[in-house]
Formats: sequence, structure tokens, C-alpha cells
Amino acid sequence: MPFMRSFKSKSVVFFFFLFSLLSAKSFAQDDLLSLLGDEPNKKEFVKNAFKATRVISAQSMEQVAAGVLDFRILHRFGRVNGGSREAYGLDQATIRLGLDYGISNRVMVGIGRSSNKKEIDVYAKYRMIWQGKGKGSIPFSLIFISGVVKDGLEWSNPERNNYYTSRLAFYQQAILGRKFSDVFSLQLMPTLVHRNIVKTTDDLHDIYSMGVGGRIKLTRRLALTAEYFYNLPDQLSATNTNPLSIGIDIETGGHVFQLHFTNALGMNERSLITDTNGSWEKGDIHFGFNISRVFTLSKPKSFKNK
Amino acid sequence: MKKYLVVLSILFAVSIHANAQDRYFTRNGKVTFLSDTPMEKIDAVNSQATSVIDVSSGNFEFSVLMKAFEFEKALMMEHFHENYVESDKYPKSVFKGTIENISSVDFNKDGVYPVKFKGTLLLHGVTKDLNGQGVFTVKAGKINGSSNFVIQLSDYKIEIPSLVKEKVSNDVKITVDAIYAKFQK
Repeated sequence: MPFMRSFKSKSVVFFFFLFSLLSAKSFAQDDLLSLLGDEPNKKEFVKNAFKATRVISAQSMEQVAAGVLDFRILHRFGRVNGGSREAYGLDQATIRLGLDYGISNRVMVGIGRSSNKKEIDVYAKYRMIWQGKGKGSIPFSLIFISGVVKDGLEWSNPERNNYYTSRLAFYQQAILGRKFSDVFSLQLMPTLVHRNIVKTTDDLHDIYSMGVGGRIKLTRRLALTAEYFYNLPDQLSATNTNPLSIGIDIETGGHVFQLHFTNALGMNERSLITDTNGSWEKGDIHFGFNISRVFTLSKPKSFKNK
Repeated sequence: MKKYLVVLSILFAVSIHANAQDRYFTRNGKVTFLSDTPMEKIDAVNSQATSVIDVSSGNFEFSVLMKAFEFEKALMMEHFHENYVESDKYPKSVFKGTIENISSVDFNKDGVYPVKFKGTLLLHGVTKDLNGQGVFTVKAGKINGSSNFVIQLSDYKIEIPSLVKEKVSNDVKITVDAIYAKFQK
């Protein structure tokens, strides 16, 4: 059957042709980049757990980047229960002016001057563990802060032998924090404040406190923040209270404004933890805000020559 | 007819073979972008772009990891990732396209070859058509591909808040510069 034979061989050739066409086509559709294979699973640091280096008054698990200087103004008005005569607290102002500088991406130092007690505080903040993403990375951040606060008021009793060291208080703080998701970050802040001098012999020099701070991101530019310090019982006098602050972070595009309500006027760790005596129930609440302006003093390597 | 088909098939087979050979790639292509306004200049560099060119078809792809962009100012970088490109949600930007006049480029011969390309750019989860021009420079066996073009942020649903309208330009200039090497499997 010559006809059949010719048909068969023709069809074989035709199929071969079709097949070659198809294979050419499948080649062209291949994902070219997949040729390079999977990218190595790079470890990546988790960033922006908080918008700022402060949750509200307390330090957050964020630091300024290397070579960046942050000028930060913390401002608290008077108590809102002062009534209309005090413009609901707006007549009074307590501030802390501070400079924070990133020596590296893990080490930050800062100095601040508070109007409250004319205190100067100096601290260093070191990120020992950085929460990461990717294979083998650690799921939390661990940061240590060590600082000293100097009381700047005149001695209340000049007759006494007043030592310079009596002006000093020290604090050690660890921040154990995790950015659970884009929306939610939480940190624990066990803190020890040591005061060189205390009012009476009954007062303790060492105050232990456990802080907690968190953030819930509502939108890309708006976040809810809160922080609270629980002072272990029977350490401070009965008039002392635990500082609780609730606020919002507003990102305007260039800056972060932090607005909040708090029962604490302290803006360094000593005064925040051991000097708070406002009560939320009685309305001893202060409205406050933090603003900051950053300056890049030292550019990253790839921009050095520009 | 039969002969014709056989010849064609062989040709195709040969072309597939050639296909596998004539690919060029890079893992450290440089991609920069520039947003320039009288108020502020924002530029960033990424030196880890990957790309593959298939010479026989003219198809090529470019992939950029958003997290690998470096900025002069740390705050710019934070805003870039957090507020503009949302790099946690959209970690990569990928261009897939074709060089229309690939046949005019001889990768084995020194020369400067202008090319036209068209394709699609995926950025911030949005895919848009993108056409442009580029140049291949072959010198002493080194193949350099470069291009620059302008994209509109609004095309890719990247919003600029009204407060910084004067500081961030909607027109962003992109430059691409990559040295390709022959791909061997």
C-alpha cells in the first residue's frame, strides 16, 4: 500500500515537526530567571518594629542608624484635671531635649536634658540580638541600655556635706522585643534603677520594675502605642504610681509625631519609673508629644563620594 | 513538502540547541533610581539585580530585590520600604520583555549596539507595560547592557502624601547598568 506508507512517513515527519515546534515554544516560555536557580535564602534583619526609638517615654527596640543624629523633643503638658484656669494643663510644660546618635546600626548613645529636676541623662544602647527573617535567624531582639541620670537642682540642705555622687542615679534596662507581624510589636523591659541618695532611710536604693510596650499599626501612617511599668510592690512610697501611657504615632511622610496621654512626667528612666505619682482614675493625666528631626552626619559607604 | 518539513524540523532542533547556549546573565546588575525635585533629591542604588538574556529569542528578564536598595539617608530608606514600595509585601520588582532588534547585536564582536525593548514591569504588585531603549556595549569579550527610562509612581499605585508632594517626584528616573557573562549550565 504505497499510499498508506507515504501517509505514515509523512505523518511521522509532521509529528516530528509539530513536536519540535512545541518544544521550541516551551523553551521560549521558560522563566529565564529560574535558570539562575533559587536565590540563597538570605538572612534579613527585621526592621521598623516601632516607628521611633521611643515607644512613648520609654526606649523602644529601635535604634537610629549608623551615622544618624536624632534631635528629639519630648514634651508633656500639665494635668488635664487642672480645669479651665490651667487651660486643662496646656499652661504648664515639661520637656526633655535630647540628642541620640548611632555609632553603628547596633550601638546608639544619647544625652538628654529634662526640665524636671534639671536632670541630665546619658546612656548607651546596644542591640545584642537582632530579630531576623530567613533560615536560622533569631525570632526576637535583645537590647541593653545602661544610663546615668544627674540631678541638677540646688541642694535642699546646703549645710550638709553634699557629695557630687549623691546627685547620681543609674539604670540598667533590657529590652526583649519581637515584631510579631507588620501590625503588632511587643516588648518587655525589665529595669533596675539605682539611686545613690534617697529621701529617707526607709526608701530603697534599688528599684526593680517590669515594663511592657507595644504597638498596633492601624494604617500605613498611623499606629496605636502603649507602655506600662509595673514596679514590684513595697519599693516606693504609697504616693507613687506606675506609669501608664497611651498614644498614637502619626507618620507625615518626613517625620513621626507621637501624641499621647500619660500619668507620668518623667522622660528619663529614673524619673519615669521612680517619680511618677499621677493617677489615671483621678484624672492626673498629661497630654504630650514627641517630635524628632534627624541629621545624617556620616553617609553610608556607597554614597561617601557623592 | 516532506523534505521541506524535515529541513525545518532540523533547523528548529538546531535553534533549540543554540538556544541553550546563547544565554547571558548577571547577578550583580546595578539599578539606581532618582527622584529629583527642587526641595529634595532622593537617590538609591541596588547592586544585586539579576538578569538573563536569551539571545536567540531576544527575551530577557530583570529582577530586583527591593530590600537591596541603599540610600544616602536611613530615614529615606525606612520610608521607601515602609510607606512607598512596601517591600515586606512586595519584595521584588521584575521586568520581563523582549529586545526587538536582538538580531542586530553581535555579542562576540566589539561594538556599541543600540537596542529597543518592550515588556512589562512588575512593581508594588502592579504590572504595567514598559517600552524603552538601551545600549549593549561589547568590548574585549565584556558585555555591558545599560538603559534608562522614567516611570510614574502613580502608575504603580505608589501614593505620595500631600505633605511631601514637593519633596517626592511622581516621575522617577531609573538607570540600569549590568555586565553580562555567558550562561553555562
